[in-house]
Amino acid sequence: MTQMDAPRVQTGAGDPPVERAPVIEMRDISITFGSVQALSEVSVRLYAGEVHALMGENGAGKSTLIKALTGVYSIDSGVVLVGGEKHSFSSPLAAQAAGISTVYQEVNLVPNLTVAENMLLGREPRRFGAVHVREMNRRARETLHGLGVDIDPGSLLGEHPIAIQQLVAIARAVDVDARVLILDEPTSSLDADEVQKLFEVMRRLRGQGVAIVFVSHFLDQVYEIADRMTILRNGRLVGERMVAGTPQLELVKLMIGRELETLERLDRSQSSSAGASSTPVLKALGISRKGSLEVTDLELYEGEVVGLAGLLGSGRTELARLLFGADTVDSGDVTIRGERRRLRSPRHAIDRKISFSSEDRKSEGLVEDLTVADNMLLALQASRGWLRPIPQATRERLVEQYLKALDIRPADPTALMRNMSGGNQQKVLLARWLITEPDILILDEPTRGIDIGAKAQIQAKVAELAAQGISIVFISAELEEVLRLSDRLVVMRDRRKIDERPNHGVNVSDVLRIIAGESRSEREEAEGA
Amino acid sequence: MSATTVPAASSTWDRVKGYRPPSRFLPVIATLALFVGLFGAGGVRYEGFSDPQVLLSLLIDNAFLIVLAVGVTFVILTGGIDLSVGSVVALSTMIAAKTLEMGWSPYLSMTAVLATGTLLGLLMGLLVHYFDIQPFIATLAGLFLARGLTYLISVESISINDETFTQLAFKTIRFGDYYVRWTAVVALLVVAVAAYVLARTRFGRTVYAIGGSESSAMLMGLRVAFTKVGVYVISGFCASLAGLMFSLYILSGNSLHAIGMELDAIAAVVIGGTLLTGGRGYVVGSLLGVLVLGIIKTLISFDGTLSSYWIRIITGVLLLVFVVVQRFASRRQP
Repeated sequence: MTQMDAPRVQTGAGDPPVERAPVIEMRDISITFGSVQALSEVSVRLYAGEVHALMGENGAGKSTLIKALTGVYSIDSGVVLVGGEKHSFSSPLAAQAAGISTVYQEVNLVPNLTVAENMLLGREPRRFGAVHVREMNRRARETLHGLGVDIDPGSLLGEHPIAIQQLVAIARAVDVDARVLILDEPTSSLDADEVQKLFEVMRRLRGQGVAIVFVSHFLDQVYEIADRMTILRNGRLVGERMVAGTPQLELVKLMIGRELETLERLDRSQSSSAGASSTPVLKALGISRKGSLEVTDLELYEGEVVGLAGLLGSGRTELARLLFGADTVDSGDVTIRGERRRLRSPRHAIDRKISFSSEDRKSEGLVEDLTVADNMLLALQASRGWLRPIPQATRERLVEQYLKALDIRPADPTALMRNMSGGNQQKVLLARWLITEPDILILDEPTRGIDIGAKAQIQAKVAELAAQGISIVFISAELEEVLRLSDRLVVMRDRRKIDERPNHGVNVSDVLRIIAGESRSEREEAEGA
Repeated sequence: MSATTVPAASSTWDRVKGYRPPSRFLPVIATLALFVGLFGAGGVRYEGFSDPQVLLSLLIDNAFLIVLAVGVTFVILTGGIDLSVGSVVALSTMIAAKTLEMGWSPYLSMTAVLATGTLLGLLMGLLVHYFDIQPFIATLAGLFLARGLTYLISVESISINDETFTQLAFKTIRFGDYYVRWTAVVALLVVAVAAYVLARTRFGRTVYAIGGSESSAMLMGLRVAFTKVGVYVISGFCASLAGLMFSLYILSGNSLHAIGMELDAIAAVVIGGTLLTGGRGYVVGSLLGVLVLGIIKTLISFDGTLSSYWIRIITGVLLLVFVVVQRFASRRQP
């Protein structure tokens, strides 16, 4: 049912077509916001039947470029050519009418309507002025089927997992005769299977001649699906490359330049303080909570980084929440520095010098309408109680100190949190907890969705904090990161700890095997030792 | 679709409510069960309660509240609220009484009433959408404005003696021993039209979409501004129509009429299973909600020994139970 204007081209990832005119060409695009040059003379060519990855750190100008293409921002100089003709879109709707559709990371659909309504509302088939439900469902089913998604179009959207909702959003975009489909970080909330499902749909659309723009922080995914990429840095074009001919290392260098060295340095500076002290700072014995965590033990020593590895839903976040008192335990004991403690609320935990940075920084961490300084001082103020304000001089000193220590940009304490990039927001949250001088720091996905530069800085900071004697529980979906930072590794699956070992010579495939449950004998060996 | 996804239940009854699987109707079905239960209990307990005329009288006595609740349902489905409707009812009775007293033709008078209510709704809708004022505040202002205007017209009660009005008021439709008044027919008609609009038109589906997520609805290219203002216009129109029906019922204009009636309407909508956060609910539920509130009154009047304040207490408890049930129901959603 979706008619593509572009010619049907059969392509695979290996042999992308080169000698054709681009569907969309953006030439020398410049955009300034006030005095800030957001994009300067950036050019991008999108071809039919190709997946084009837009690469760059946060703040490199990827989203600005997308918004320039889809008519959200107006362009100061440069031209957008659609099929060789000059165009300028005044709104996302105008861009949509020209066949350019965008699907954002947050699914912009309505959960309380049916799948079919979400796909077709606004241009639904009608009969006698009323919505022709049967025809609408038929059309929706057909489009979904064409994407290889077989769900009941009459079911409510909200009943389906996020991954399916995202596919429905894509189906809606495709049904508007999309020639260009922009996917802005579509994989960040999907698990591996769901990503494969999405890629399958993307390959199908590519086969139908759609030009797909793919934005992602996951390099492996880019290498799996993309044909061509455009690399941006600081609002400037660094280069256009074919994915097949570009080694990952080169790409990373192009994206971040010198900051790669920080990562490499970190690898060598593995701290070896683990197990130095005999009594654990924190000892959880047999803690559990119905429906979230099976009986689990955990010990944490001074200056040690314990990495929690496991898939989404394996219980890693749940364990962290129990240790912080965000949820209460049904059974088990927590001992802090030799004393038994009941952690009934985060307040109790904070009083015992435990800090927890949530994985959901948007809704459980930062207060977007407050300034950077206010956000930083929130936890300290809360632990002091509202009747004892922090003296102005101390406030300024602390904020100044952490802006510098964590290299937060812009280093402006009065900037509103909502205007900061993801990486800098995360640093502010880290600063918030560091200001309270915790003994135990629980970091749940502190580097998710932030650029490589900021990631490296946060990782370096974590290593530094551990060297200062703070005990850290580090949770991340990225196993490489967990392995790089941890002294000891705890592997979770099905809501319990399935393995624990010192991080000596463990590599990602070992961890994956443990998670997959294939190395039982090996694990027994480790336990016996 | 109803034929394929609603197994063995694609009766006309389901079609009226929409075309979704029964799980989405659970709150409405609960309200229906409550109504049937209350009616059954009354029938067992009190002599003459099971007379069909009791049901018809319930419709007649609550016709204006049904229309009012239908209008409010539209607003609540978008996630808004309309507090002004009670005052608009009072203003409507007053405008009708005053214009008739001044010798206007009854039809012109009715037109004036409906136009005023619709205009007030439009004003509040514009405030809510274009000035981004919270519906609670915008309609609270509407509540005071309409009540104040009523006092401005007259602080005294004005009775309605116009012949067309009195005839309309007492005219009945008889089936054998039983009868209904026209107002009840109008109320049911309003429910039917509203149910159709909500279930089957782009406007209606957009109402639900806005209740689900306004920003998403906007990004989906739906007419958010038109729809959001539209629901307040509908609510204003329904309120003035309810005001007309109320003036037929009570045959006077009085600035003290319908004080707190907006709360009865909102209570009925909530008891009828509509989520106050928007996006879920059916006008049939609101109809049942009104009837449940009405039958409680009837039960208490049949009993004779209970004071009328028990109506309020029971309404309060019911409201609480339904809100808590809804809370659990919506928590199960992913």
